[in-house]
Amino acid sequence: MKSVIKGAGYILVHTPDMVIHNGTTQTTERIVNPEGEYLKELPGHLRSFEQTLSYYPNQVYIGNMTPDALAAVPQPWYDKECPKCDRYGQFGQIMPQEEFILLMQACDVFDLVKIDREFVAAHKAALAANEVIDESIVNRVAEGVDAAEIARLVSEEHSEGLYHNGQLVGCVNRAHDIDVNLSAHVMHENLVSKASSVLALLSAIRNAGIAKEDVEYVIDCSEEACGDMNQRGGGNFAKAAAEIAGLSAATGSDTRGFCAGPAHALVEAAALVAAGAYKTVVVTAGGCTAKLGMNGKDHVKKGLPILEDMLGGCAIVLTQDDGVNPVVNLGILGRHTVGTGSAPQAVIGSLVTDALDRAGLKVTDVDKFSPEMQNPDITKPAGAGDVPLANYKMIAALAVKRGDIEKKDLASFVAERGLTGYAPTQGHIPSGVPYIGFARNEIAAGNMKRVMIIGKGSLFLGRMTNLFDGVSFVIEANEGEKKAEDSISEEEVKSMIAKAMREFAESLMAKAE
Amino acid sequence: MGILAGKKVIVIGDRDGIPGQAIELCAQSAGAEVVFSSTECFV
Repeated sequence: MKSVIKGAGYILVHTPDMVIHNGTTQTTERIVNPEGEYLKELPGHLRSFEQTLSYYPNQVYIGNMTPDALAAVPQPWYDKECPKCDRYGQFGQIMPQEEFILLMQACDVFDLVKIDREFVAAHKAALAANEVIDESIVNRVAEGVDAAEIARLVSEEHSEGLYHNGQLVGCVNRAHDIDVNLSAHVMHENLVSKASSVLALLSAIRNAGIAKEDVEYVIDCSEEACGDMNQRGGGNFAKAAAEIAGLSAATGSDTRGFCAGPAHALVEAAALVAAGAYKTVVVTAGGCTAKLGMNGKDHVKKGLPILEDMLGGCAIVLTQDDGVNPVVNLGILGRHTVGTGSAPQAVIGSLVTDALDRAGLKVTDVDKFSPEMQNPDITKPAGAGDVPLANYKMIAALAVKRGDIEKKDLASFVAERGLTGYAPTQGHIPSGVPYIGFARNEIAAGNMKRVMIIGKGSLFLGRMTNLFDGVSFVIEANEGEKKAEDSISEEEVKSMIAKAMREFAESLMAKAE
Repeated sequence: MGILAGKKVIVIGDRDGIPGQAIELCAQSAGAEVVFSSTECFV
């Protein structure tokens, strides 16, 4: 049994106030340099919701524009307005902060999130009007509490404030008095991840055209950890999000691997479906508050807007072979092993060329490579360069070394088989997976045959190992119909057997005579 | 004598560029004493 990509959902959430209050660059600055210029200048660099809608990379992420079309727009993009500025796209949506705060409360099952009743009254209708939010979720939104109670909780009970346009409109309470793993800060971070994962799940299921009851397993591949002091990463964001999303027939579990988490999770999901363990598996991930405004100091210093004001989420639906949708080929897996090392050439070799070698393919047998799709508009001003481009240069260099392409074709290889980055720097969110929605479209349309998804992860950040990590897999055209043409029908088999029997009988009769 | 002989070096590698361990080896081969080395992630 093969597994196929049935659909994908990609969502963004505009969270400017969380940049200020929850991004680690800003929370760290408040500790080490509270009177510094950065914190004073920061609010003046935040974008409005409308500005984030007309930002080219955001429109690409939700599917209103292709990466190739983005590549034709001269960089930088932050100072240009995308003519397409819809809130909804073919893959998902861009949610404003006020709706998301209510969605967070709806995703809270321990009565930890408190929202100002006036704020609830002002924005509940907007959440109810959301294309993917149904009554089961809207009905979870509580009436709200007095503003004075929220102020008290934040000042006296260590609650984490929820802000909108600079105003305190709610809070997340701690779930335990002394357990740091259930602190208000951790609960806030985890509820943000859960709520954005729910939004991605709902988008993906809708796009795949499946019923919620069809989902049998969910894998969460974000970078957060939930648990108490006795099991800090005890987990199961997957099942928690599935519960709110209404996936009553699903169980699930979490997979972690830093930014490589989604690629690992997709290989696992494809294997589970291929093995027949589950018919429909959804891989999902919510966004990360800690990374909001991560490179903000450089952006402010250079007079740019804060471009890391978006939470990202994504979900991919995998089902058993339907003969139509693109197949995850589990025979072409790239793997960064313990012995691979961390040199860039060794990493790309293990993830790209070694995997293709095992399958007897050339680099040029892959139409598009999707490594880390970080938006260069964000990374270049911060000195981190163009991350996807750096990956493509290394893949192209290895292709030249192997003789798959000529040295003179190096630049055109990058242009033809590469992609322009457009995903927010949300760690796991940009790592290979943003292109799966487009890849499914292009392969289904017959424009591409193979696309390689490459996830890479910085394991050394956890200080458990100095190792790097990575995994890759190939999505390819479903040959279902072609095979049907090539294969022999039941009638043909019957005819062949009848012919053989006839000939055998004739030969026996001839011998008898 | 290497060009970094007698020098103390702080290494900050980039996960999307040159990892700290690789820079560390280069610096050591040039005679430097590496007092701190790490690879960081900016994305």
